Amino acid sequence: MAHRIPTRLGDGSLAEMTPAEIEADLEAGVEAAIRRAKVDPLASDELAHLLDIFTSPARFSAVDYGDEVVLSFDGAGNGDTGLPVTEQVLYQNHHGADSIELWHHDYSYKAVRTVLSFQAQMMKDAQMQTVIPLNYGAMPDLGRYSKPDGSAENWSQLLPLGKIEEARRAQEDAIGLLEHDMLIVAETMIAAGADGLDFDTAGAAGDADLLATLRVVRQIRDRWPDIGVEVGQAGELVLGMHGQLEYEGRRLAGMWPLEQLRAVTAAGATIFGPAVNVNTTKSLAWNTARACALVKPVTAEATIPVHMNAGMGVGGVPMSPYPPVDATSRASRALVDILKLDGL
Amino acid sequence: MASTHALASGMGGMRTAGDLVARMQITRGMRLPQAKHYVAERLGCSVLDLSDTIAMHDLRRDFGLGRIQVQDLTYPDQPGAIEAKFHIAETLDVPVNSVECFKRHTTLARVRS
Repeated sequence: MAHRIPTRLGDGSLAEMTPAEIEADLEAGVEAAIRRAKVDPLASDELAHLLDIFTSPARFSAVDYGDEVVLSFDGAGNGDTGLPVTEQVLYQNHHGADSIELWHHDYSYKAVRTVLSFQAQMMKDAQMQTVIPLNYGAMPDLGRYSKPDGSAENWSQLLPLGKIEEARRAQEDAIGLLEHDMLIVAETMIAAGADGLDFDTAGAAGDADLLATLRVVRQIRDRWPDIGVEVGQAGELVLGMHGQLEYEGRRLAGMWPLEQLRAVTAAGATIFGPAVNVNTTKSLAWNTARACALVKPVTAEATIPVHMNAGMGVGGVPMSPYPPVDATSRASRALVDILKLDGL
Repeated sequence: MASTHALASGMGGMRTAGDLVARMQITRGMRLPQAKHYVAERLGCSVLDLSDTIAMHDLRRDFGLGRIQVQDLTYPDQPGAIEAKFHIAETLDVPVNSVECFKRHTTLARVRS
């Protein structure tokens, strides 16, 4: 009987698989990426390396000496102490963070606008107490601008009624409102000393969400050339909630990570964060191999740093509030080794 | 999860030169190999030293780049927090926004204008 190795499924639950089953899942994960995104397969030596990582009986896995990458930590701090500034210091001093990020519990630029002066004061105070780069981050979160939360018509209600043009106009109305809020937050945080802005889960509400983000990134780059801008994606594919929006002549709907990189680079961001969602019913090997295949062309072409999202439910890390150490360390190492990432 | 990534693949933050390399990525958009080489050159050390806590502990003292207090190891007579960022800006030859704000706010003529 073949030796069975403890591993994980995408929801974090323990599973035992034979080396042959893990190898088959690695190949199937790559095949799934090729089928959807038309990317190239991983090389045979890359698959062999992944097999070594995922068939090791060790509880922990790590990159080789000298291959360490920058950890930018969006949403630094656990929010458990009630002391947001202190949590930034804790992540700097206790968690080995290379950069940190101040954030609000309602992680949305629209929500932040209502408490901006308090958030900016925290930024100023935190900058006095920290050494490592400290960004401000939130989600663009375009859906907040539709009724009943916002003033724009609700495109999610219009679309099922077949009111396509009305739904498009509603999203275009919301884009302007979102841009306005994101730019005011950026301006205020930069005045308070922020090293950079993070637009996290860009495109979560689809192509209009991403377009607003790209336009604001361009404005930040033009006005403040030394301020960092990180754009982290919401998923591997940009949803076409509008369907006709373009940035610099390229249609945003349907963009895979490589095309997302090109748009984000053109807008003037200094860090790109691709995201590949985890399938909770598939194995860790399947999910990580698929993520590697989808993002391989990104790091091959990038001219700006690529910090892949590797939190709960993305980048092969299990969808769990407490991702197991064995799974997280394997995903972390695999992404860095195969993709030659600049950071996570 | 944060600690797992830090141990599996992270540079080490302020215990090493992770924050300095991050600053070159954030401010200048440098990719990792370029950022590591740039920081190593500015510090006069090897790229491997950048992830080495022992090498960087001394280098951070020599350049005044800030060190982490660990129980009985304290550094009250050395630059810390915002003070260290003045040295980081100078050592790396990049503007640090909070340092620029600090200078603006502590120059009386500018505050009054």
